[in-house]
Amino acid sequence: MLKDYDITIGLEVHAQLDTETKIFCSCSTEFGAEPNTHTCPVCLGMPGVLPVLNKQAVEYAIKAGLALNCEITDFSKFDRKNYFYPDLPKAYQISQFDLPLCEEGYIDVMTDEESVRIGINRIHMEEDAGKLIHAQGGESLVDYNRGGTPLIEIVTEPDITSPIQATAYLKKLKNILEYLEVSDCNMAEGSLRCDANISLKPKGQSELGVKTELKNMNSFKAIEKALTYEIKRQRKLLKEGGKVVQETRTWDDEVEKTFSMRSKEEAHDYRYFPEPDLVPLEVDEAWLQEIKEEIPELPKARRERFVNELGLPEYDAEVLTDSKSIADFFEAVLEEYDDPKTVSNWMMGDMLRLLNEEELEIEEIKIEPVELAQMLKLMDDGTISSKIAKTVFEEMFNTGKKPETIVEEKGLKQISDSSELEGIIEEVLAENQSAVEDYQAGNENVIGFLVGQTMQATQGKANPQLVNEILRKKLAD
Amino acid sequence: MKVMKIDETMVEKVAMLSRLELSSSEKEQMTEQLNDILEYADELNELETEDIEPTAHALPIKNVFREDKVGESLARKDALKNAPQKEAGSFKVPQIIETDE
Repeated sequence: MLKDYDITIGLEVHAQLDTETKIFCSCSTEFGAEPNTHTCPVCLGMPGVLPVLNKQAVEYAIKAGLALNCEITDFSKFDRKNYFYPDLPKAYQISQFDLPLCEEGYIDVMTDEESVRIGINRIHMEEDAGKLIHAQGGESLVDYNRGGTPLIEIVTEPDITSPIQATAYLKKLKNILEYLEVSDCNMAEGSLRCDANISLKPKGQSELGVKTELKNMNSFKAIEKALTYEIKRQRKLLKEGGKVVQETRTWDDEVEKTFSMRSKEEAHDYRYFPEPDLVPLEVDEAWLQEIKEEIPELPKARRERFVNELGLPEYDAEVLTDSKSIADFFEAVLEEYDDPKTVSNWMMGDMLRLLNEEELEIEEIKIEPVELAQMLKLMDDGTISSKIAKTVFEEMFNTGKKPETIVEEKGLKQISDSSELEGIIEEVLAENQSAVEDYQAGNENVIGFLVGQTMQATQGKANPQLVNEILRKKLAD
Repeated sequence: MKVMKIDETMVEKVAMLSRLELSSSEKEQMTEQLNDILEYADELNELETEDIEPTAHALPIKNVFREDKVGESLARKDALKNAPQKEAGSFKVPQIIETDE
Protein backbone atom coordinates (compact mmCIF):
# COMPACT_ATOMS: atom_id res chain seq x y z
CA MET A 1 0.00 0.00 0.00
CA LEU A 2 1.48 3.33 -1.04
CA LYS A 3 0.32 6.75 0.14
CA ASP A 4 0.79 8.47 -3.19
CA TYR A 5 0.05 5.81 -5.82
CA ASP A 6 -2.49 3.06 -6.44
CA ILE A 7 -1.04 -0.27 -7.51
CA THR A 8 -2.73 -2.31 -10.21
CA ILE A 9 -1.63 -5.89 -10.79
CA GLY A 10 -2.99 -8.54 -13.13
CA LEU A 11 -1.60 -12.06 -13.25
CA GLU A 12 -1.32 -14.58 -16.05
CA VAL A 13 -0.72 -18.08 -14.83
CA HIS A 14 0.27 -20.92 -17.10
CA ALA A 15 -0.42 -24.33 -15.63
CA GLN A 16 0.68 -27.49 -17.38
CA LEU A 17 -2.12 -30.02 -17.41
CA ASP A 18 -1.13 -33.34 -15.94
CA THR A 19 -1.93 -35.49 -18.97
CA GLU A 20 0.16 -38.41 -20.16
CA THR A 21 0.46 -37.01 -23.67
CA LYS A 22 0.74 -33.69 -25.43
CA ILE A 23 -2.25 -31.60 -26.39
CA PHE A 24 -2.25 -32.35 -30.12
CA CYS A 25 -0.15 -35.51 -30.50
CA SER A 26 0.62 -38.71 -28.61
CA CYS A 27 4.16 -37.81 -27.51
CA SER A 28 4.79 -38.25 -23.78
CA THR A 29 4.80 -35.18 -21.51
CA GLU A 30 7.20 -36.77 -19.03
CA PHE A 31 9.53 -34.22 -17.40
CA GLY A 32 13.29 -34.53 -17.49
CA ALA A 33 13.73 -36.80 -20.51
CA GLU A 34 16.80 -36.50 -22.74
CA PRO A 35 16.42 -33.46 -25.06
CA ASN A 36 14.30 -33.98 -28.17
CA THR A 37 13.32 -37.58 -27.44
CA HIS A 38 9.60 -36.78 -27.07
CA THR A 39 8.88 -35.22 -30.42
CA CYS A 40 7.04 -36.22 -33.58
CA PRO A 41 6.12 -34.60 -36.89
CA VAL A 42 3.07 -32.93 -35.27
CA CYS A 43 4.84 -31.20 -32.38
CA LEU A 44 7.86 -30.41 -34.55
CA GLY A 45 5.57 -28.62 -36.97
CA MET A 46 6.40 -30.64 -40.07
CA PRO A 47 4.36 -29.74 -43.14
CA GLY A 48 1.20 -31.71 -43.80
CA VAL A 49 0.53 -33.02 -40.29
CA LEU A 50 -2.76 -32.74 -38.43
CA PRO A 51 -3.12 -31.90 -34.76
CA VAL A 52 -5.84 -33.82 -32.86
CA LEU A 53 -7.07 -32.50 -29.53
CA ASN A 54 -6.44 -34.51 -26.34
CA LYS A 55 -9.84 -35.12 -24.70
CA GLN A 56 -8.35 -35.47 -21.23
CA ALA A 57 -6.74 -32.03 -21.55
CA VAL A 58 -10.10 -30.49 -22.38
CA GLU A 59 -11.73 -32.18 -19.39
CA TYR A 60 -8.96 -30.98 -17.06
CA ALA A 61 -9.35 -27.43 -18.38
CA ILE A 62 -13.12 -27.55 -17.86
CA LYS A 63 -12.63 -28.94 -14.35
CA ALA A 64 -10.32 -26.05 -13.51
CA GLY A 65 -12.83 -23.61 -14.96
CA LEU A 66 -15.66 -25.00 -12.87
CA ALA A 67 -13.61 -24.99 -9.67
CA LEU A 68 -12.62 -21.38 -10.35
CA ASN A 69 -16.26 -20.34 -10.69
CA CYS A 70 -16.08 -19.75 -14.44
CA GLU A 71 -18.70 -19.97 -17.12
CA ILE A 72 -17.78 -22.82 -19.46
CA THR A 73 -18.53 -21.60 -22.96
CA ASP A 74 -20.59 -24.04 -25.00
CA PHE A 75 -18.70 -23.13 -28.17
CA SER A 76 -15.00 -22.41 -28.38
CA LYS A 77 -12.27 -22.72 -30.97
CA PHE A 78 -8.53 -22.64 -31.42
CA ASP A 79 -6.48 -19.96 -33.11
CA ARG A 80 -2.96 -19.53 -34.34
CA LYS A 81 -0.87 -16.97 -32.50
CA ASN A 82 1.91 -16.10 -34.88
CA TYR A 83 5.32 -15.14 -33.70
CA PHE A 84 8.79 -16.00 -34.68
CA TYR A 85 10.86 -17.45 -31.90
CA PRO A 86 12.96 -20.61 -31.93
CA ASP A 87 11.02 -22.27 -29.09
CA LEU A 88 8.08 -22.55 -31.51
CA PRO A 89 8.85 -24.93 -34.36
CA LYS A 90 5.77 -23.89 -36.36
CA ALA A 91 6.37 -20.14 -35.89
CA TYR A 92 2.90 -20.04 -34.36
CA GLN A 93 1.42 -21.31 -31.14
CA ILE A 94 -1.98 -22.98 -31.16
CA SER A 95 -3.95 -21.05 -28.57
CA GLN A 96 -7.44 -19.65 -28.11
CA PHE A 97 -8.13 -16.03 -28.94
CA ASP A 98 -11.65 -14.67 -29.07
CA LEU A 99 -13.58 -17.74 -27.92
CA PRO A 100 -11.78 -19.17 -24.86
CA LEU A 101 -13.10 -22.25 -23.07
CA CYS A 102 -13.84 -20.53 -19.74
CA GLU A 103 -14.80 -16.98 -18.82
CA GLU A 104 -15.70 -14.81 -15.86
CA GLY A 105 -14.59 -16.68 -12.78
CA TYR A 106 -13.13 -15.59 -9.48
CA ILE A 107 -11.21 -16.63 -6.38
CA ASP A 108 -11.79 -15.15 -2.93
CA VAL A 109 -8.53 -14.63 -1.07
CA MET A 110 -7.82 -13.61 2.49
CA THR A 111 -5.07 -11.18 3.38
CA ASP A 112 -4.79 -9.44 6.74
CA GLU A 113 -8.26 -10.51 7.81
CA GLU A 114 -9.68 -8.97 4.68
CA SER A 115 -11.40 -11.05 2.04
CA VAL A 116 -10.90 -9.86 -1.53
CA ARG A 117 -12.50 -11.26 -4.67
CA ILE A 118 -10.02 -11.53 -7.53
CA GLY A 119 -11.83 -11.79 -10.84
CA ILE A 120 -10.71 -14.26 -13.47
CA ASN A 121 -11.18 -12.82 -16.91
CA ARG A 122 -10.66 -16.04 -18.84
CA ILE A 123 -9.05 -19.45 -18.98
CA HIS A 124 -7.94 -20.69 -22.35
CA MET A 125 -6.13 -23.76 -23.63
CA GLU A 126 -2.90 -23.67 -25.56
CA GLU A 127 0.26 -25.60 -26.27
CA ASP A 128 3.50 -25.04 -24.40
CA ALA A 129 6.64 -23.97 -26.26
CA GLY A 130 9.96 -25.77 -26.26
CA LYS A 131 12.80 -24.92 -23.95
CA LEU A 132 15.73 -22.72 -24.90
CA ILE A 133 19.04 -23.11 -23.19
CA HIS A 134 21.27 -20.15 -23.79
CA ALA A 135 24.67 -21.55 -24.56
CA GLN A 136 27.91 -19.65 -24.69
CA GLY A 137 28.99 -17.81 -27.80
CA GLY A 138 25.64 -16.16 -28.43
CA GLU A 139 23.81 -19.30 -29.40
CA SER A 140 20.87 -21.19 -27.99
CA LEU A 141 20.07 -24.89 -27.79
CA VAL A 142 16.46 -25.89 -28.29
CA ASP A 143 14.73 -28.89 -26.73
CA TYR A 144 11.22 -29.48 -28.10
CA ASN A 145 10.18 -32.11 -25.53
CA ARG A 146 8.04 -29.54 -23.74
CA GLY A 147 6.63 -28.17 -26.99
CA GLY A 148 2.98 -29.19 -27.23
CA THR A 149 2.44 -29.91 -23.54
CA PRO A 150 -1.13 -28.86 -22.73
CA LEU A 151 -1.45 -25.60 -20.82
CA ILE A 152 -4.23 -23.58 -19.39
CA GLU A 153 -3.61 -19.86 -19.14
CA ILE A 154 -5.57 -18.28 -16.30
CA VAL A 155 -5.85 -14.53 -16.66
CA THR A 156 -7.05 -12.36 -13.78
CA GLU A 157 -8.79 -9.03 -13.97
CA PRO A 158 -6.56 -6.15 -12.84
CA ASP A 159 -8.06 -6.55 -9.36
CA ILE A 160 -4.90 -7.11 -7.36
CA THR A 161 -3.56 -4.18 -5.38
CA SER A 162 -0.48 -5.49 -3.57
CA PRO A 163 2.29 -8.08 -3.90
CA ILE A 164 0.90 -9.88 -0.84
CA GLN A 165 -2.50 -10.17 -2.48
CA ALA A 166 -0.81 -11.49 -5.60
CA THR A 167 0.90 -14.31 -3.73
CA ALA A 168 -2.23 -15.05 -1.72
CA TYR A 169 -4.14 -15.44 -4.99
CA LEU A 170 -1.43 -17.67 -6.44
CA LYS A 171 -1.27 -19.91 -3.39
CA LYS A 172 -5.01 -20.35 -3.45
CA LEU A 173 -5.03 -21.04 -7.17
CA LYS A 174 -2.22 -23.59 -6.82
CA ASN A 175 -4.03 -25.27 -3.97
CA ILE A 176 -7.25 -25.60 -5.98
CA LEU A 177 -5.44 -26.99 -9.03
CA GLU A 178 -3.65 -29.49 -6.79
CA TYR A 179 -6.91 -30.62 -5.21
CA LEU A 180 -8.37 -31.10 -8.67
CA GLU A 181 -5.29 -33.09 -9.68
CA VAL A 182 -5.29 -31.39 -13.07
CA SER A 183 -1.75 -30.03 -12.69
CA ASP A 184 1.12 -30.99 -10.44
CA CYS A 185 1.86 -27.26 -10.06
CA ASN A 186 5.56 -27.86 -9.58
CA MET A 187 7.04 -24.36 -9.89
CA ALA A 188 10.64 -25.54 -9.91
CA GLU A 189 9.93 -27.79 -12.90
CA GLY A 190 7.91 -25.03 -14.56
CA SER A 191 4.51 -26.74 -14.45
CA LEU A 192 3.16 -23.55 -12.89
CA ARG A 193 4.46 -20.26 -14.22
CA CYS A 194 3.33 -16.76 -13.58
CA ASP A 195 3.71 -13.49 -15.47
CA ALA A 196 2.57 -10.25 -13.91
CA ASN A 197 1.34 -6.97 -15.35
CA ILE A 198 1.86 -4.05 -13.04
CA SER A 199 1.25 -0.32 -13.18
CA LEU A 200 1.01 2.61 -10.81
CA LYS A 201 -1.29 5.61 -11.00
CA PRO A 202 -1.45 8.67 -8.79
CA LYS A 203 -4.12 8.29 -6.09
CA GLY A 204 -7.47 9.45 -7.32
CA GLN A 205 -6.66 9.15 -11.01
CA SER A 206 -9.12 6.84 -12.75
CA GLU A 207 -7.11 6.07 -15.85
CA LEU A 208 -4.58 3.23 -15.38
CA GLY A 209 -0.88 3.99 -15.62
CA VAL A 210 1.52 2.48 -18.14
CA LYS A 211 2.22 -1.14 -17.24
CA THR A 212 5.21 -3.39 -17.49
CA GLU A 213 5.05 -7.16 -17.85
CA LEU A 214 7.27 -9.18 -15.54
CA LYS A 215 8.53 -12.63 -16.44
CA ASN A 216 10.84 -15.32 -15.13
CA MET A 217 9.70 -15.56 -11.51
CA ASN A 218 10.12 -19.18 -10.42
CA SER A 219 8.68 -19.14 -6.92
CA PHE A 220 6.06 -17.30 -4.90
CA LYS A 221 8.84 -15.49 -3.10
CA ALA A 222 10.34 -14.37 -6.40
CA ILE A 223 6.95 -13.06 -7.55
CA GLU A 224 6.48 -11.06 -4.39
CA LYS A 225 10.01 -9.68 -4.58
CA ALA A 226 9.76 -8.86 -8.28
CA LEU A 227 6.49 -6.99 -7.81
CA THR A 228 7.87 -5.12 -4.80
CA TYR A 229 10.98 -4.18 -6.75
CA GLU A 230 8.93 -3.05 -9.74
CA ILE A 231 6.66 -0.90 -7.57
CA LYS A 232 9.73 0.83 -6.17
CA ARG A 233 11.27 1.28 -9.60
CA GLN A 234 8.12 2.69 -11.21
CA ARG A 235 7.37 4.94 -8.25
CA LYS A 236 10.85 6.43 -8.31
CA LEU A 237 10.58 7.01 -12.06
CA LEU A 238 7.20 8.70 -11.75
CA LYS A 239 8.23 10.82 -8.76
CA GLU A 240 11.22 12.11 -10.66
CA GLY A 241 8.91 13.14 -13.49
CA GLY A 242 9.91 10.26 -15.73
CA LYS A 243 7.73 7.89 -17.68
CA VAL A 244 7.25 4.16 -17.38
CA VAL A 245 7.94 2.45 -20.68
CA GLN A 246 5.53 -0.30 -21.67
CA GLU A 247 7.79 -3.31 -21.99
CA THR A 248 8.55 -6.82 -20.82
CA ARG A 249 11.02 -7.10 -17.97
CA THR A 250 12.71 -10.20 -16.70
CA TRP A 251 13.32 -10.91 -13.02
CA ASP A 252 16.85 -11.83 -12.02
CA ASP A 253 16.65 -13.81 -8.80
CA GLU A 254 20.39 -13.50 -8.11
CA VAL A 255 20.59 -9.72 -8.02
CA GLU A 256 16.90 -9.25 -7.15
CA LYS A 257 16.14 -6.77 -9.90
CA THR A 258 14.04 -6.63 -13.05
CA PHE A 259 15.73 -5.95 -16.37
CA SER A 260 14.29 -4.78 -19.65
CA MET A 261 14.07 -7.61 -22.16
CA ARG A 262 15.12 -6.01 -25.37
CA SER A 263 14.15 -8.09 -28.33
CA LYS A 264 16.40 -7.52 -31.32
CA GLU A 265 13.29 -7.71 -33.43
CA GLU A 266 10.28 -5.48 -33.74
CA ALA A 267 7.43 -5.65 -31.26
CA HIS A 268 5.09 -8.61 -31.52
CA ASP A 269 2.20 -8.61 -33.89
CA TYR A 270 0.48 -11.93 -33.33
CA ARG A 271 -1.89 -11.84 -36.31
CA TYR A 272 -4.27 -14.34 -34.70
CA PHE A 273 -6.44 -16.30 -37.06
CA PRO A 274 -8.60 -19.42 -36.65
CA GLU A 275 -6.65 -22.69 -36.66
CA PRO A 276 -8.00 -24.41 -39.74
CA ASP A 277 -6.61 -27.82 -38.73
CA LEU A 278 -8.77 -28.09 -35.62
CA VAL A 279 -12.55 -28.25 -35.53
CA PRO A 280 -14.57 -26.25 -33.01
CA LEU A 281 -15.12 -27.48 -29.47
CA GLU A 282 -18.66 -27.74 -28.16
CA VAL A 283 -19.39 -28.60 -24.57
CA ASP A 284 -22.94 -29.73 -23.94
CA GLU A 285 -24.78 -29.92 -20.64
CA ALA A 286 -24.43 -33.71 -20.33
CA TRP A 287 -20.65 -33.61 -20.70
CA LEU A 288 -20.40 -30.70 -18.31
CA GLN A 289 -22.47 -32.62 -15.77
CA GLU A 290 -20.19 -35.65 -16.08
CA ILE A 291 -17.14 -33.51 -15.37
CA LYS A 292 -18.87 -31.72 -12.50
CA GLU A 293 -19.42 -35.05 -10.80
CA GLU A 294 -15.71 -35.83 -10.97
CA ILE A 295 -14.72 -32.72 -9.05
CA PRO A 296 -13.32 -33.84 -5.71
CA GLU A 297 -13.75 -32.14 -2.36
CA LEU A 298 -12.13 -28.72 -2.70
CA PRO A 299 -10.10 -26.92 0.00
CA LYS A 300 -13.05 -24.90 1.28
CA ALA A 301 -15.28 -27.95 1.74
CA ARG A 302 -12.47 -29.91 3.33
CA ARG A 303 -11.75 -27.06 5.74
CA GLU A 304 -15.40 -26.96 6.74
CA ARG A 305 -15.45 -30.73 7.25
CA PHE A 306 -12.34 -30.54 9.44
CA VAL A 307 -14.11 -27.98 11.61
CA ASN A 308 -17.59 -29.50 11.67
CA GLU A 309 -16.84 -33.21 11.70
CA LEU A 310 -13.41 -33.44 13.30
CA GLY A 311 -13.90 -30.59 15.72
CA LEU A 312 -10.72 -28.76 14.74
CA PRO A 313 -10.37 -25.03 15.40
CA GLU A 314 -10.77 -22.85 12.27
CA TYR A 315 -7.11 -21.95 12.34
CA ASP A 316 -5.94 -25.58 12.37
CA ALA A 317 -8.33 -26.46 9.56
CA GLU A 318 -7.06 -23.52 7.51
CA VAL A 319 -3.38 -24.41 7.94
CA LEU A 320 -3.88 -28.12 7.30
CA THR A 321 -5.97 -27.73 4.15
CA ASP A 322 -3.71 -25.03 2.79
CA SER A 323 -1.89 -27.73 0.90
CA LYS A 324 -3.55 -30.89 -0.35
CA SER A 325 -0.54 -33.01 0.58
CA ILE A 326 -0.58 -31.81 4.18
CA ALA A 327 -4.30 -32.47 4.49
CA ASP A 328 -3.83 -35.92 2.94
CA PHE A 329 -1.01 -36.68 5.41
CA PHE A 330 -3.21 -35.53 8.27
CA GLU A 331 -6.09 -37.78 7.27
CA ALA A 332 -3.75 -40.71 6.77
CA VAL A 333 -2.51 -40.33 10.36
CA LEU A 334 -6.12 -40.17 11.58
CA GLU A 335 -6.79 -43.56 10.05
CA GLU A 336 -4.37 -45.01 12.59
CA TYR A 337 -4.83 -42.59 15.44
CA ASP A 338 -8.23 -41.09 15.95
CA ASP A 339 -7.52 -37.91 17.85
CA PRO A 340 -7.65 -35.04 15.34
CA LYS A 341 -6.53 -32.26 17.66
CA THR A 342 -3.45 -34.14 18.93
CA VAL A 343 -2.43 -35.05 15.39
CA SER A 344 -3.04 -31.47 14.28
CA ASN A 345 -0.90 -30.12 17.14
CA TRP A 346 2.04 -32.28 16.15
CA MET A 347 1.71 -31.51 12.47
CA MET A 348 1.23 -27.77 12.88
CA GLY A 349 3.83 -27.52 15.58
CA ASP A 350 6.89 -29.72 15.22
CA MET A 351 6.32 -30.99 11.71
CA LEU A 352 5.69 -27.70 9.90
CA ARG A 353 8.41 -26.01 11.96
CA LEU A 354 10.99 -28.62 10.94
CA LEU A 355 9.85 -28.54 7.31
CA ASN A 356 10.22 -24.77 7.33
CA GLU A 357 13.63 -24.84 8.96
CA GLU A 358 14.93 -27.38 6.47
CA GLU A 359 13.09 -25.66 3.59
CA LEU A 360 11.47 -28.94 2.63
CA GLU A 361 8.08 -29.66 1.10
CA ILE A 362 5.76 -32.14 2.76
CA GLU A 363 6.31 -34.48 -0.19
CA GLU A 364 9.94 -34.79 0.83
CA ILE A 365 9.30 -35.74 4.45
CA LYS A 366 10.86 -39.00 5.67
CA ILE A 367 8.11 -39.69 8.19
CA GLU A 368 5.22 -41.93 7.10
CA PRO A 369 1.77 -40.99 8.45
CA VAL A 370 1.51 -44.39 10.14
CA GLU A 371 4.81 -43.74 11.97
CA LEU A 372 3.50 -40.52 13.46
CA ALA A 373 0.49 -42.52 14.66
CA GLN A 374 2.84 -45.11 16.18
CA MET A 375 4.75 -42.43 18.00
CA LEU A 376 1.55 -40.98 19.45
CA LYS A 377 0.58 -44.46 20.62
CA LEU A 378 3.95 -44.83 22.33
CA MET A 379 3.14 -41.67 24.25
CA ASP A 380 -0.30 -42.89 25.17
CA ASP A 381 0.87 -46.21 26.56
CA GLY A 382 3.55 -44.50 28.62
CA THR A 383 6.54 -45.88 26.70
CA ILE A 384 7.81 -42.35 26.12
CA SER A 385 7.08 -39.05 27.83
CA SER A 386 5.74 -36.12 25.84
CA LYS A 387 9.07 -34.41 26.26
CA ILE A 388 10.99 -37.37 24.88
CA ALA A 389 8.42 -37.62 22.09
CA LYS A 390 9.77 -34.34 20.71
CA THR A 391 13.26 -35.84 20.55
CA VAL A 392 11.91 -38.98 18.92
CA PHE A 393 9.97 -36.92 16.39
CA GLU A 394 13.04 -34.90 15.40
CA GLU A 395 15.00 -38.09 15.00
CA MET A 396 12.23 -39.57 12.84
CA PHE A 397 12.26 -36.39 10.78
CA ASN A 398 16.01 -36.46 10.30
CA THR A 399 16.59 -40.17 9.78
CA GLY A 400 13.28 -41.64 8.66
CA LYS A 401 13.63 -44.37 11.29
CA LYS A 402 10.61 -45.91 12.98
CA PRO A 403 9.75 -44.50 16.42
CA GLU A 404 10.18 -47.88 18.16
CA THR A 405 13.64 -48.24 16.66
CA ILE A 406 14.66 -44.80 17.86
CA VAL A 407 13.37 -45.42 21.39
CA GLU A 408 15.23 -48.73 21.46
CA GLU A 409 18.52 -47.47 19.99
CA LYS A 410 18.72 -44.32 22.06
CA GLY A 411 17.40 -45.85 25.28
CA LEU A 412 14.61 -43.29 25.51
CA LYS A 413 12.09 -45.52 27.20
CA GLN A 414 10.24 -43.69 29.96
CA ILE A 415 11.16 -44.67 33.52
CA SER A 416 7.89 -45.73 35.11
CA ASP A 417 9.39 -48.03 37.70
CA SER A 418 8.69 -46.47 41.13
CA SER A 419 11.61 -48.10 42.92
CA GLU A 420 14.06 -46.86 40.31
CA LEU A 421 12.57 -43.38 40.47
CA GLU A 422 12.54 -43.32 44.25
CA GLY A 423 16.30 -43.76 44.38
CA ILE A 424 16.82 -40.91 41.91
CA ILE A 425 14.38 -38.65 43.73
CA GLU A 426 16.11 -39.21 47.06
CA GLU A 427 19.34 -37.97 45.52
CA VAL A 428 17.57 -34.94 44.07
CA LEU A 429 16.08 -34.11 47.45
CA ALA A 430 19.42 -34.50 49.19
CA GLU A 431 21.01 -32.07 46.74
CA ASN A 432 18.24 -29.51 47.06
CA GLN A 433 17.74 -29.17 50.78
CA SER A 434 16.74 -25.53 50.66
CA ALA A 435 13.92 -26.27 48.20
CA VAL A 436 12.73 -29.04 50.45
CA GLU A 437 12.67 -26.61 53.38
CA ASP A 438 10.75 -24.05 51.31
CA TYR A 439 8.17 -26.68 50.46
CA GLN A 440 7.78 -27.72 54.04
CA ALA A 441 7.47 -24.06 55.00
CA GLY A 442 4.37 -23.95 52.81
CA ASN A 443 5.72 -22.87 49.40
CA GLU A 444 4.23 -25.70 47.33
CA ASN A 445 5.37 -24.09 44.08
CA VAL A 446 8.88 -25.48 44.45
CA ILE A 447 7.48 -28.89 43.54
CA GLY A 448 7.74 -27.80 39.91
CA PHE A 449 11.41 -27.07 40.35
CA LEU A 450 12.00 -30.46 41.98
CA VAL A 451 10.15 -32.29 39.18
CA GLY A 452 12.36 -30.40 36.75
CA GLN A 453 15.50 -31.46 38.58
CA THR A 454 14.39 -35.09 38.54
CA MET A 455 13.61 -34.92 34.83
CA GLN A 456 17.03 -33.48 34.23
CA ALA A 457 18.66 -36.23 36.27
CA THR A 458 16.94 -38.80 34.02
CA GLN A 459 17.55 -36.91 30.76
CA GLY A 460 13.83 -36.40 30.49
CA LYS A 461 12.99 -40.08 30.64
CA ALA A 462 11.18 -40.13 34.00
CA ASN A 463 7.42 -40.42 33.92
CA PRO A 464 6.55 -36.88 35.10
CA GLN A 465 3.27 -37.88 36.70
CA LEU A 466 4.91 -40.59 38.73
CA VAL A 467 7.72 -38.23 39.72
CA ASN A 468 5.13 -35.77 40.94
CA GLU A 469 3.38 -38.41 43.00
CA ILE A 470 6.54 -39.78 44.60
CA LEU A 471 7.84 -36.29 45.36
CA ARG A 472 4.64 -35.26 47.12
CA LYS A 473 4.66 -38.43 49.17
CA LYS A 474 8.29 -38.04 50.18
CA LEU A 475 7.97 -34.34 51.00
CA ALA A 476 4.94 -35.04 53.15
CA ASP A 477 6.92 -37.53 55.24
CA MET B 1 -16.67 -2.94 -46.33
CA LYS B 2 -13.85 -1.32 -48.29
CA VAL B 3 -10.94 -3.26 -49.66
CA MET B 4 -7.91 -2.94 -47.46
CA LYS B 5 -5.14 -1.51 -49.53
CA ILE B 6 -1.71 -3.06 -49.14
CA ASP B 7 1.23 -0.75 -49.61
CA GLU B 8 4.92 -1.45 -49.68
CA THR B 9 5.39 -0.52 -46.02
CA MET B 10 2.95 -3.21 -45.04
CA VAL B 11 4.65 -5.75 -47.28
CA GLU B 12 7.94 -4.89 -45.61
CA LYS B 13 6.41 -5.38 -42.18
CA VAL B 14 4.84 -8.73 -43.03
CA ALA B 15 8.07 -9.84 -44.65
CA MET B 16 9.97 -8.91 -41.52
CA LEU B 17 7.49 -10.80 -39.30
CA SER B 18 7.86 -13.83 -41.56
CA ARG B 19 11.64 -13.43 -41.66
CA LEU B 20 11.62 -13.07 -45.43
CA GLU B 21 14.13 -10.95 -47.26
CA LEU B 22 12.58 -9.36 -50.35
CA SER B 23 14.29 -7.48 -53.13
CA SER B 24 12.67 -4.24 -54.24
CA SER B 25 11.22 -5.85 -57.36
CA GLU B 26 9.82 -8.66 -55.21
CA LYS B 27 8.29 -6.10 -52.89
CA GLU B 28 6.59 -4.46 -55.80
CA GLN B 29 5.38 -7.79 -57.11
CA MET B 30 4.07 -8.85 -53.68
CA THR B 31 2.24 -5.59 -53.19
CA GLU B 32 0.45 -6.07 -56.45
CA GLN B 33 -0.34 -9.72 -55.90
CA LEU B 34 -1.54 -9.25 -52.33
CA ASN B 35 -3.85 -6.50 -53.49
CA ASP B 36 -5.20 -8.75 -56.20
CA ILE B 37 -5.92 -11.44 -53.63
CA LEU B 38 -7.70 -9.00 -51.35
CA GLU B 39 -9.75 -7.66 -54.17
CA TYR B 40 -10.75 -11.15 -55.15
CA ALA B 41 -11.73 -12.01 -51.60
CA ASP B 42 -13.62 -8.76 -51.44
CA GLU B 43 -16.17 -10.12 -53.87
CA LEU B 44 -17.59 -11.99 -50.88
CA ASN B 45 -18.67 -8.66 -49.49
CA GLU B 46 -21.29 -8.45 -52.19
CA LEU B 47 -23.22 -11.23 -50.46
CA GLU B 48 -25.92 -10.44 -47.97
CA THR B 49 -24.68 -12.03 -44.69
CA GLU B 50 -26.84 -10.16 -42.20
CA ASP B 51 -28.75 -13.22 -40.99
CA ILE B 52 -25.97 -15.78 -41.26
CA GLU B 53 -24.16 -17.11 -38.17
CA PRO B 54 -20.39 -16.66 -38.25
CA THR B 55 -18.56 -19.87 -39.11
CA ALA B 56 -15.43 -20.92 -37.25
CA HIS B 57 -14.57 -23.75 -39.56
CA ALA B 58 -15.19 -24.75 -43.16
CA LEU B 59 -16.41 -28.24 -42.20
CA PRO B 60 -19.65 -28.95 -40.33
CA ILE B 61 -17.92 -31.11 -37.73
CA LYS B 62 -16.95 -30.56 -34.12
CA ASN B 63 -15.32 -32.27 -31.13
CA VAL B 64 -12.69 -34.46 -32.74
CA PHE B 65 -10.57 -35.91 -29.93
CA ARG B 66 -7.75 -38.33 -29.16
CA GLU B 67 -7.55 -40.45 -26.06
CA ASP B 68 -4.68 -39.59 -23.72
CA LYS B 69 -2.49 -42.59 -24.62
CA VAL B 70 1.25 -42.38 -25.25
CA GLY B 71 2.27 -43.38 -28.76
CA GLU B 72 5.58 -43.53 -30.48
CA SER B 73 7.85 -40.52 -30.81
CA LEU B 74 10.55 -39.98 -33.39
CA ALA B 75 14.08 -41.21 -32.79
CA ARG B 76 16.15 -38.20 -31.86
CA LYS B 77 18.46 -38.51 -34.84
CA ASP B 78 15.40 -38.34 -37.09
CA ALA B 79 13.95 -35.40 -35.19
CA LEU B 80 17.21 -33.53 -35.69
CA LYS B 81 17.67 -34.53 -39.32
CA ASN B 82 16.53 -31.20 -40.75
CA ALA B 83 18.40 -29.07 -38.24
CA PRO B 84 20.98 -26.83 -39.95
CA GLN B 85 22.96 -26.90 -36.72
CA LYS B 86 22.80 -29.22 -33.73
CA GLU B 87 24.61 -29.77 -30.47
CA ALA B 88 24.10 -32.04 -27.45
CA GLY B 89 20.94 -33.59 -28.87
CA SER B 90 19.46 -30.15 -29.44
CA PHE B 91 18.70 -27.78 -32.27
CA LYS B 92 21.22 -24.95 -32.29
CA VAL B 93 20.02 -21.47 -33.17
CA PRO B 94 21.28 -17.90 -32.88
CA GLN B 95 20.33 -16.20 -29.62
CA ILE B 96 17.74 -13.52 -30.27
CA ILE B 97 16.91 -12.00 -26.89
CA GLU B 98 19.12 -9.81 -24.83
CA THR B 99 18.49 -7.97 -21.62
CA ASP B 100 19.58 -4.55 -20.72
CA GLU B 101 19.30 -2.25 -17.73
